[in-house]
Amino acid sequence: MSHRSDRTLDVRSLARVEGEGAMHVRVSGDAVEDVRLDIYEPPRFFEAMLRGRRHTEPPDITARICGICPVAYQMSACNAIEDACGVTVDPAVADLRRLLYCGEWIESHTLHIYLLHAPDFLGYPSALDMAKDRRDLVERGLAMKKAGNEIVEVLGGRAIHPVNIRVGGFYRTPSPRELAPLRDKLRVALDQALDTVRWVAGFDFPDFHHNHELLALVAPGRYAIESGTVATTAGLTFDVRHFEDHIVEEQVPHSTALHALHARLAGRSRYAVGPAARYTLNRQWLSPLALEAATAAGLGADCRNPYRSILVRAVETVYALDEAIRLIDRYEPPARPFVEVPPRAAVGYGATEAPRGILFHRYGLDADGLITSARIVPPTSQNQASIEDDLRRFVSGRLDLDDEQLTWQCEQAIRNYDPCISCSTHFLDLTVERR
Amino acid sequence: MSAHGRRVVIGVGNDYRRDDGFGPLVVAGLAGRQATDPRLADVDIRVSDGEPTRLIDLWTGAGLAVVVDAVLDDGHHAGHRHELALDALADDYSASSHTISLGSTVALGQVLGRLPGRLVVLAVSGTEFGFGQGLTPPVAAAVPAVVERACELVAEP
Repeated sequence: MSHRSDRTLDVRSLARVEGEGAMHVRVSGDAVEDVRLDIYEPPRFFEAMLRGRRHTEPPDITARICGICPVAYQMSACNAIEDACGVTVDPAVADLRRLLYCGEWIESHTLHIYLLHAPDFLGYPSALDMAKDRRDLVERGLAMKKAGNEIVEVLGGRAIHPVNIRVGGFYRTPSPRELAPLRDKLRVALDQALDTVRWVAGFDFPDFHHNHELLALVAPGRYAIESGTVATTAGLTFDVRHFEDHIVEEQVPHSTALHALHARLAGRSRYAVGPAARYTLNRQWLSPLALEAATAAGLGADCRNPYRSILVRAVETVYALDEAIRLIDRYEPPARPFVEVPPRAAVGYGATEAPRGILFHRYGLDADGLITSARIVPPTSQNQASIEDDLRRFVSGRLDLDDEQLTWQCEQAIRNYDPCISCSTHFLDLTVERR
Repeated sequence: MSAHGRRVVIGVGNDYRRDDGFGPLVVAGLAGRQATDPRLADVDIRVSDGEPTRLIDLWTGAGLAVVVDAVLDDGHHAGHRHELALDALADDYSASSHTISLGSTVALGQVLGRLPGRLVVLAVSGTEFGFGQGLTPPVAAAVPAVVERACELVAEP
């Protein structure tokens, strides 16, 4: 008699989340037959929309791709357009961009730690349930997030979809007096961030490790954020201009989604980007305070347990706050808020470290500055193959769980990577099919 | 400022997601009228992507918050207008944001003691939330009425 029991877990998407996705796991008996994560990626739509637009428009347009990381899209777009036009920005402008980016890291990491990830570890179904028991914790997270929010508001002109960013710099740069009030708030938030590292270090992390090749920007002398060279843990290094020589996006055979692509390293395999990759490749350039916090929390030379990514995010939040304070302390306004970026017929490349990992942009321009081609490779598509691999191995070891428990744990495994879809899967219905 | 404290109108949505651009379009209409319509004097007019902590920040301390949004619901025809007060916002109300539904955001604000004195949601049922610009005709047709209703709400004593 056959004891074959086939079951299918389907988690479908909701409308209106920045990235939308669905998870599908098919199990046959004690074997995992299929795991797939379908993600409907906004960049594909924006790539088409950008063609024919002026070279000054991508920072504003691509900021709309994600409500959580608009600065990342703006910075990668600026880098690529400035590369195409052969323009280098004033070092003081580059510092302001780094400060702005620190604000986004603080916001995004804090949101993920407190509202999305911590409830998983503490056994709460949602941040709301956690807040009912531990209002103090959620208040702390919101206060930290607000500190990042204020950086983005002061430099970007508003908290969402900042309007003060342009190719070549900023429309307007702040005076030191305008930045000064931020410092005290960031100092308070830094203490809260250190408390956060100690808090999450006490979580119970499942014993689960991967062997994905990790990929991030590196910028010797500083923790890579707004620029750098691409490097991997297997020793591969290349300039951002060669990104598409090494990273291949391919339509996955199982996907029915029009916009779903998997990124792989050419001639190699899956890879992972994000905080754990960044930390592993940049640890030595953390500030002394952040490095001390990482060490005290038990983070070693690398991070290959995806569940411990929450710990890396907490350390990176410490770093971003520490770095923001340093940048404010040494701030001297640039002579001009921006440099002119005259167009020329060329192709430009740019990459930055979005909170979720490396974000690549490439634009082709004609002599009038009209965009002839656009390519955007977001972090989530780069992590997709690694997430699926994690899920495959993860599910294999937990087939004794019922569907509800298994689905919930799969969602946690996905949330380790903080993809935009993490939010949608948190609330979706489960369909079980048995044959 | 009104005797009841700060008044804020928040348009939730993304104008690159078809009907989701309803909230931003309504607040753009309000902003355009602010200089000439005395009912809108001193009213804080904002756009939000619906991320819950930002929404909570925007309405914290306000005497009145009007949230304008588009929703996906199967029970009403496209363009149907909804007006909901605080207690009508069920947790599964379909105006979802990046992380948490509007209903859950309200519940979170309640737990944290960070709700406005009065919260009113003006919503419209939409049908198209895919990538693209421009509202579907039934949703676009609802814009003037919702702009006017928001003006009435902020003018109430």
